[in-house]
Amino acid sequence: MDELQLADIIKPENKVYGKSKIMTDTPMHYCYGCSHGVVHKLIAEVIEEMNIQEDTIGIAPVGCSVMMYYYLDIDWLQAPHGRAPAVATGYKRTNPKKYVFTYQGDGDLAAIGTAETMHAVNRGENIVMIFINNAIYGMTGGQMAPTTMIGQSTSTSPHGRDVEVNGYPLKITELIAQLPGSAYVTRQSVHTPATVRKCKKAIRKAFENSAKNIGTSFIEVVSTCNSGWKLDPVESNKWMEENMFPFYPLGDIKDSVHDDVEKYSVQKNKK
Amino acid sequence: MAKVRGAVVVENEVCKGCNLCVVACPQDVLSLNKEVNSKGYHYSYMMNPEACTGCTNCAMVCPDNCITVYRVKQANVA
Repeated sequence: MDELQLADIIKPENKVYGKSKIMTDTPMHYCYGCSHGVVHKLIAEVIEEMNIQEDTIGIAPVGCSVMMYYYLDIDWLQAPHGRAPAVATGYKRTNPKKYVFTYQGDGDLAAIGTAETMHAVNRGENIVMIFINNAIYGMTGGQMAPTTMIGQSTSTSPHGRDVEVNGYPLKITELIAQLPGSAYVTRQSVHTPATVRKCKKAIRKAFENSAKNIGTSFIEVVSTCNSGWKLDPVESNKWMEENMFPFYPLGDIKDSVHDDVEKYSVQKNKK
Repeated sequence: MAKVRGAVVVENEVCKGCNLCVVACPQDVLSLNKEVNSKGYHYSYMMNPEACTGCTNCAMVCPDNCITVYRVKQANVA
């Protein structure tokens, strides 16, 4: 048989993977190799596969991903810094049939927005929360975040994070798993093809949970910030594997429905 | 035996040359071009197109969504 030429392979009927229709043609403003792009793509693919483009509302945060509304062709709201879960609560309660998700970084969700995050999850709002944890404030120039690793040097901790001065990194995903309002809590990553596929399954499951009214689904994506870390993208992935995964282990932390509310509620006196 | 042949198309102007697809490729098909695009990035290209199996690993890890993957199955190839 004759050797196939490239022109014979590159035909529309042979296409197996390409850009999702939900993604717009705007080139992303992120730095090269930024994990945000991969997670955007996965959300777009899940929305396309579930055919919920008309029914999905994203809440954009403050941070690098503030301009996410340029890249996904769905309805968007943009919340003040850290208040995305509160805005999502309002939207979901007034439009209970819509799929509402928030997309937040660690400065937004785990620092200024800790209260909103905890209380939205504790109320068991039926929203999806996607948390990008890159252990640094990327947008403002690489300052120390609550999730910064011990000993990691940033522009505000040039000699490394010191526990005596700055405390320990915040494992907010583990904290959220303790709350009875959370239905599905998981930690994923997007640095290899296998982890990207796993992360997509987790996002899909979270969006499906949102329709079942069983509580908040929370996905942490441990990701890289090669500009903030002052490494190239491939080295950043290695640094993340070596330094972040021991402290932030990947995997499902909680996968259940609401705890039995009646079990905990105060019993009325029966006469 | 059937043989699987693949091909990838990289949107040169969107690619930022982050090298993640080159590392993710199990067949060492992709490489960064010596030429640059209009933004000055060394975009990714198929250095070794015969080896591509269309596994989509490169497109999976691409942060800029600039890779499209094609795949055909060739029947009766020794």
